[in-house]
Amino acid sequence: MQEEKQSNSLTRQILQSISNAGLVPFLAILTAVVLGGIIIAFVGGNPFLAYRGLIEGSFGSTKALSETAVWATPYIFAGLAVALAFKGGLFNIGAEGQLAVGAVFSALIGYALPEWLGVDLPTIIHLPLAILVGMLMGGLWAGIVGWLKAYTGGHEVINTIMMNYIALNTTSFLLNGIMKDRSPTNVIARTPLIADSARMPAIFDGLRVHWGFILALLVAFFIWWLLNKTTLGFEIRTVGLNPDAAQYAGINVKRTIILTMILSGALAGLAGAIEVTGLNYRHELGFSIGYGYDAIAIALLGKSHPLGIVLAAFLFAAMRNGATRMQFLTQMPVDLISMIQALILLFVAADAIIRYIYRIKAKGERVVLTRGWGG
Amino acid sequence: MTESQIVLEAKGITKQFPGVLASDNVNFDLRKGEIHALLGENGAGKSTLMNLIYGLHRPDKGEIIVNGKTIDIHSPNDSIAAGIGMVHQHFMLIPVFTVAENVMLGDEETKRGSLDRISVAKKINEISKQYGLDVDPNALVGPLPVGIQQRVEIVKTLYRNAEIVILDEPTAVLTPQEAEDLFRIMRDLTTRGVSIIFITHKLKEVLAVADRITVMRAGRVINTVKPSETDSAQLANMMVGRQVILTVDKKDHEAENEILKVEGLTVRDQRDLETVHNVSFSVRGGEVFGIAGVQGNGQTELSEALTGLRSPTSGTVTIDGKDLTGKPPRVITESGLAHIPEDRQRHGLVLSYTVADNMALCDYYHPPFSSRGVIQPKALDENSRKLISAFDVRTPSPFVNAGKLSGGNQQKVIVARELSRDNVKLVIANQPTRGLDVGSIEYIHSEIIKMRDRGVAVLLISAELDEIMALSDRIAVMYRGQIVAVVETKKTTREQLGLWMAGAHVQSA
Repeated sequence: MQEEKQSNSLTRQILQSISNAGLVPFLAILTAVVLGGIIIAFVGGNPFLAYRGLIEGSFGSTKALSETAVWATPYIFAGLAVALAFKGGLFNIGAEGQLAVGAVFSALIGYALPEWLGVDLPTIIHLPLAILVGMLMGGLWAGIVGWLKAYTGGHEVINTIMMNYIALNTTSFLLNGIMKDRSPTNVIARTPLIADSARMPAIFDGLRVHWGFILALLVAFFIWWLLNKTTLGFEIRTVGLNPDAAQYAGINVKRTIILTMILSGALAGLAGAIEVTGLNYRHELGFSIGYGYDAIAIALLGKSHPLGIVLAAFLFAAMRNGATRMQFLTQMPVDLISMIQALILLFVAADAIIRYIYRIKAKGERVVLTRGWGG
Repeated sequence: MTESQIVLEAKGITKQFPGVLASDNVNFDLRKGEIHALLGENGAGKSTLMNLIYGLHRPDKGEIIVNGKTIDIHSPNDSIAAGIGMVHQHFMLIPVFTVAENVMLGDEETKRGSLDRISVAKKINEISKQYGLDVDPNALVGPLPVGIQQRVEIVKTLYRNAEIVILDEPTAVLTPQEAEDLFRIMRDLTTRGVSIIFITHKLKEVLAVADRITVMRAGRVINTVKPSETDSAQLANMMVGRQVILTVDKKDHEAENEILKVEGLTVRDQRDLETVHNVSFSVRGGEVFGIAGVQGNGQTELSEALTGLRSPTSGTVTIDGKDLTGKPPRVITESGLAHIPEDRQRHGLVLSYTVADNMALCDYYHPPFSSRGVIQPKALDENSRKLISAFDVRTPSPFVNAGKLSGGNQQKVIVARELSRDNVKLVIANQPTRGLDVGSIEYIHSEIIKMRDRGVAVLLISAELDEIMALSDRIAVMYRGQIVAVVETKKTTREQLGLWMAGAHVQSA
């Protein structure tokens, strides 16, 4: 009886904590949407029509849904990448670069490996290989920053940003040079198409949504399991929350920092590899319109929880995807969407504003994203 | 002797903090020229009351009367204007400034736009002579001994014409001799009309120096008594609310073979200063080896080097015959170390983890807590339930975050985790009872003695001389990074240890 009561209250506690965690982001979205509506009205648009367009464009038809899922896929992977690093006390600003590195190598394996080997590969080997190499290279790229952090104290924020420049400009160099698509009609900086054997099949005929989307959901679950149920996850979280206690507990803090960055970079690399193998079938300069930067926002909005990230990724995907329909209906510029997204983030980051507006008492627990410069 | 006039009176002071009634209708008064001790455990509401009087917080209810007038205190500036000065437990001094600069800070004298150091120094000399404080206004504060720094703080209050001085736990950082000096200064001040509120949790001190003693517990005043009418047992009783055993029950115990052996250990701190020089000692099974010393004499770095948190620059550390010099913490733990760290919140716990997780913080990676890299929640749960009842940890459930527990219960979580490991051969306990309530102190002391009686070697590092003397079989004194003496507890005295702690070099007995 007593036990039952206890477990009952525990379930309630868990539900409570979920609703507490979700409350501020939910209200932040609501407030940003209302404010966005006011701005639309202010510049002479019809906010209701605009939002109808946004919803129709993102969820209104099978095709719209499929496109939202296509957008959500890289958002989920990259959001998980940033969140995993957050959990380990690291601020990975470099998802954009790691994603590009993953995409370049995945494309290279996709189009060049059969040539090098002189044989056609079966999909069962070629596709996983293209994805894994993309992941691995993204992981190594981020691992360099982890190594610098662990052994020289070089701050990961600065170093991931610098590594972004190196990655993005090297990519540009390669796509304009040795990796450029040599077909006579091509003037764009892009790789040749990858072999059929390296392409991910679509889930449904005639829709662009691919198996990478399902993989993203599975990976989100896997990351949740890794962080919360394994000794490695325990180590990552302990280092993130209290590195002194982690050292005291016998955890190899340096190794954990490097490993966390490698895993984070691998997830970002996976985002790039999936875009290549599942959607574009090549890597093209400028294909990533800031997935890696949006990922920071998604991790923040999702409170670094895998489920939260899937939801936040869907929200961002829906807004990006529905924007065109919105523009068509109301002639409101697509940039408006970026503005609403920025407002949402502003309210999530400065949650004191939301707590003040809606009179929510702080629960004492704050989301600590990074340990700051000294960390 | 006639009762002298009341200079400060607090009437019906009530202050509610979220979740605690920190001050519950408290009445307190201070007469001119008296030392009024405020005695209580950590969290009893002493500091809250003083912060209310000093203007750091505002009371919800009640009034503060200074020299017969009700005053409205909004900030420390108001209380300073009313003649109240406070010396905090952690000094508010800037080490790279001189005494004169520190004293005038916030109230700078200027002459044609530049600081007038000369007239300030003159005034400090006057105060110093008048009250027998002996402070050089031109000395840099940083290198001064702690006792002198404290005097600078006192000069600071007198410089601002304070007639009421609040001393918050002033003896916590002093050697016994320095404390004696402070008591002499306190008496000197009172004969010159200064009134003193003396906050402490040490019974002996209040009995030695106070004119009146007010005991607080759980935000309430329990009683106000004169030292001549009471004794330590009665005071302790009032502080804790029940009978307290003041001495540790400890039987003689034969020390066994050598467990910890430290030879020529030298350690540098993060500023690359050598804070432990060439230290050698050994601890045998079944004995408590105490390291006494004023805080900041290398104890922190010594214990970090012994537990693997810091690499020594030279020397060796051997545990049960195994050379573990500079090995990582996990290897040392697996070789039989239980470590109760100095800073429980920084090293000992992850505050946002549950009690259950914290109880497996060092052992999560092996069975039964994990199997092939996967954590076994059931094992964590069972382990924590067992330890919570065995070590009397007061927590609503194993799933409460450790940060929500009181300091005493947080420490019990650490003690339970460390002492319950199967293969413990050596316990290193660094300041194991700092800031804890009497009940938890008693409990932790008895657990340490239990380990010793089971034949485990115990290295106890503490700045509380009473704790060292009560628990240790042998005592080493650390001063400026060196062990200046090693003696058997039975063959020494408080005074002798105090001299060594202050740097009087004597050959080890």
